Amino acid sequence: MANDPDHSRGSRLLATRGLSVYYDQFQAVREVDFRIDAGEIVALIGANGAGKSSFLKAIVGQVDRIEGAIDYCGQSLTDMSTPAISAAGIALVPEGRRLFPSLTVDENLRIGMSIGRRGPITLDQVYRWFPTIASRRDRLARSLSGGEQQMVALGRALLTNPRLLLCDEISLGLAPVVVGQLYEFLPSLRSNGMGLLIVEQDVRRSLAMTDRFYCLLEGAVCFSGRSKETDRETIMLHYFGV
Amino acid sequence: MSNPSGLVPDFPSVSVAADKARRLRTLTLALRALLFVAIVLLAAGPWLFDLNQLTLLTEFFTLLVLALMWNLLAGYADIVTVGQHGFVGVGAYAFFGLVVLAGLDPFLSIILAAVITTILAGPALLFILRLRLAYLAVGTWVLADVLSLIAGKLPGFGGGSGVSLPILVARAFGASVSQRVVTLYILTFILAAAALAATWLLLRSRVGLGLTAMRDSEEGAKSAGVDVPRMRVICFLWTAPFLGLAGALVTLQKVRVAPSASFSITDWTIFIIFVVVIGGIGSFEGPIIGTALFLLLREYLADFGAWYLILLGAVSIAVILIEPRGLWGVWRRFFPIDIIPVSHRSPESSDRTNPTKALPLEPSRPQRAETGENV
Amino acid sequence: MALELINQMIQGALIGGLYVLFAIGLSLSLGVMRFVNIAHGDLIVLASFILMSFSAILGLSPFIVAALLMPVAFVAFYALQRLLLQRLVGTNLLGVILVTFGLAIVIQNGLLQTYGPDTRKLSGGALELKSISIGGGLSIGLYPLLVFATAVVVIFALDRFLYRTSIGSRIRAVADDPAAANLIGLPSAKIYGIAMGVVGLTVMSAACCMSVWTNFDPEIGPSRLLIAFEVVVLGGLGSLWGTLVGGVIIGVAQNLGAQLDAAWQILAQHLVFLVILFLRPQGLFPRGPRT
Repeated sequence: MANDPDHSRGSRLLATRGLSVYYDQFQAVREVDFRIDAGEIVALIGANGAGKSSFLKAIVGQVDRIEGAIDYCGQSLTDMSTPAISAAGIALVPEGRRLFPSLTVDENLRIGMSIGRRGPITLDQVYRWFPTIASRRDRLARSLSGGEQQMVALGRALLTNPRLLLCDEISLGLAPVVVGQLYEFLPSLRSNGMGLLIVEQDVRRSLAMTDRFYCLLEGAVCFSGRSKETDRETIMLHYFGV
Repeated sequence: MSNPSGLVPDFPSVSVAADKARRLRTLTLALRALLFVAIVLLAAGPWLFDLNQLTLLTEFFTLLVLALMWNLLAGYADIVTVGQHGFVGVGAYAFFGLVVLAGLDPFLSIILAAVITTILAGPALLFILRLRLAYLAVGTWVLADVLSLIAGKLPGFGGGSGVSLPILVARAFGASVSQRVVTLYILTFILAAAALAATWLLLRSRVGLGLTAMRDSEEGAKSAGVDVPRMRVICFLWTAPFLGLAGALVTLQKVRVAPSASFSITDWTIFIIFVVVIGGIGSFEGPIIGTALFLLLREYLADFGAWYLILLGAVSIAVILIEPRGLWGVWRRFFPIDIIPVSHRSPESSDRTNPTKALPLEPSRPQRAETGENV
Repeated sequence: MALELINQMIQGALIGGLYVLFAIGLSLSLGVMRFVNIAHGDLIVLASFILMSFSAILGLSPFIVAALLMPVAFVAFYALQRLLLQRLVGTNLLGVILVTFGLAIVIQNGLLQTYGPDTRKLSGGALELKSISIGGGLSIGLYPLLVFATAVVVIFALDRFLYRTSIGSRIRAVADDPAAANLIGLPSAKIYGIAMGVVGLTVMSAACCMSVWTNFDPEIGPSRLLIAFEVVVLGGLGSLWGTLVGGVIIGVAQNLGAQLDAAWQILAQHLVFLVILFLRPQGLFPRGPRT
């Protein structure tokens, strides 16, 4: 499925129905209903252990046992392998970045291009977005700072020209300034019809940059809605009160 | 099954499970009784079996000891060695040297052979502790090769082709052939029983608990205060005397020492690995089943030479890919019991959880564990 | 006396080239798939016997047969990886060791059944007899020199392949982190297969060089594995050129030991390995050419 730059805003990209994730007997995600449309930025908020990472991994096919449905542009993802899901246009920027340590920055980025999805994002474009890593392109990826590595990880995912970008805690371990830069950059991606799903622990930031949000508590959605219609205090209430 | 008094609600699934648990307990008790009877029969072996059978059983006990030791290291302590034939050979040569060249008392020589093997295990540990995983496995192989080559150069031991045990020494274990067979049988029986008991005790002790914790999660075990290197050292040193004793008894069985026989990688490592894997690694029942099966098959396939090894190799591969826990694992799928209980978990809990957990062949980087870190 | 010593060291260094060829495939599978293929040495021996059979059937020189069989070697190793070894990727070490161990035993005994225990050697024709004088009364055989040159060429080619091609960087990426590679859409199983196919090419080269140089029989597989392993570990995992140094060291140690007797040939090899491993467990040039 080639990336379609004329893909209109508002069309359904991904929807889950009753999605549950199990590790042996332990249920990490409980019957989550979720949706995201093209051009939307959606937040997934929750504390450690709430099931956020498991939810993302279920989407890209990295968990063994799931129940429920995941629909993506008319396809069901539940039986697809991770490389196939990636080729279909879903990219995950994993927690901890997971760059390839023995490859240079440039090589790490080019790997992203190797699945050959056509689209507007090119290597030059990524270097323009992130000039600091452009100057370090022949260095080994592991020698870069945390913020720079995060940019490489993001760039690598973007070079697969995804229609849906999943970001798992990309602000972890980064200086606030760098986090601010990243989160200023991300919304610009939706102009191509890309949907973004941002997993974050920082509630304020999440609400500030997203259209809608979901709160996960012990694997289930405890609260959801439009980001502009709520605030941090209301969300905390849902965790501890309601 | 309804409740006559009507006081306790009727939950059919609970009573079915209770039935099953009861049946399994009965089966466990029955099998344990059978094992006990078998041990008693074997102890009375010299009166019950003929010389041929005693010889076969002697071999069974020797191989069983080796299998238990390899299983302890590879199945419980995550130390995969491909060189235990080195220590067997050391025990064999030490015994020969002490009894023939130094002229010591034969029975004392057997004990001292075990001591010497354990002492030699010390320097070997220096390498064990430095190496991990694949390097460790091949490193032990190299060490065994070195020991074998050195043995072939020692004066008085017949060099590369070895030398026979003098008849005078052999006679110390019985004036006639049949007496020697009986003596050897009793010695190996005692060794096998001791090896079983000692290893079982080790695994039931704190060390065993630490090893289980280590296999579940090395990081978690370390943070709980389990001294992982120390566990490995203890296990490694635990096996050394038994391997040495087995080597000494092998010399008595073969009535000679030679690098190819005493340090035979085929007999003391390759066969043993296959035996444990096919029988069931990481359990006590597995090595016993595997050794018994191995000897039974060998009696039937004795003429087939290389084909026997090919079959063993192919079956091992199939076992690892299909049911990593071996024949005992297959049995456990239907009857999840422990005849020789080693686990510190209660029987009920090990039924509930994934039965392949705490297995040495589980994925080391399973996708689950990667994702399970920060759920 | 000193001249003789130098001569032996040169001969040892040259046979080190052959050992490098043994080792380079193991280095790749250890470095990429991250497991020790216990059957590596037996696969080299298997390839040698296949070379022998085809050479006899076709009536061609083993070098030509080897060249013709290269694609076959690639496909065979690709299939070995995809069909058998792939099941073990990501599992822990025990399964890998046991399966490749089983494979080694099957190959050894299969060869014994098929060809018998006699030692064999293939003829390289006139090439084997030529020697070159290098002054000072010393001369080296042309064939050993060619084998050493082959080893250098193979290392160079492999270095280019791994670090200058996109398939090479994909192989290294999958080696680093198969799960992350999957996320980017890299088909890790196929890539492992390709890496193993390349190992097959090195195995065929090693078999070709070995079968003409020395005697071989179905049971020398394990000793080839130990040599290859020691060379890889000495050189430092991940370092292709380090493997060359490791090979030379092992070759020289072996040759000097052989001056005493056959047992010392192997003892010297092992002892040098153990000593260096003890002093520097990570090998001489760990981490590879790009630090």
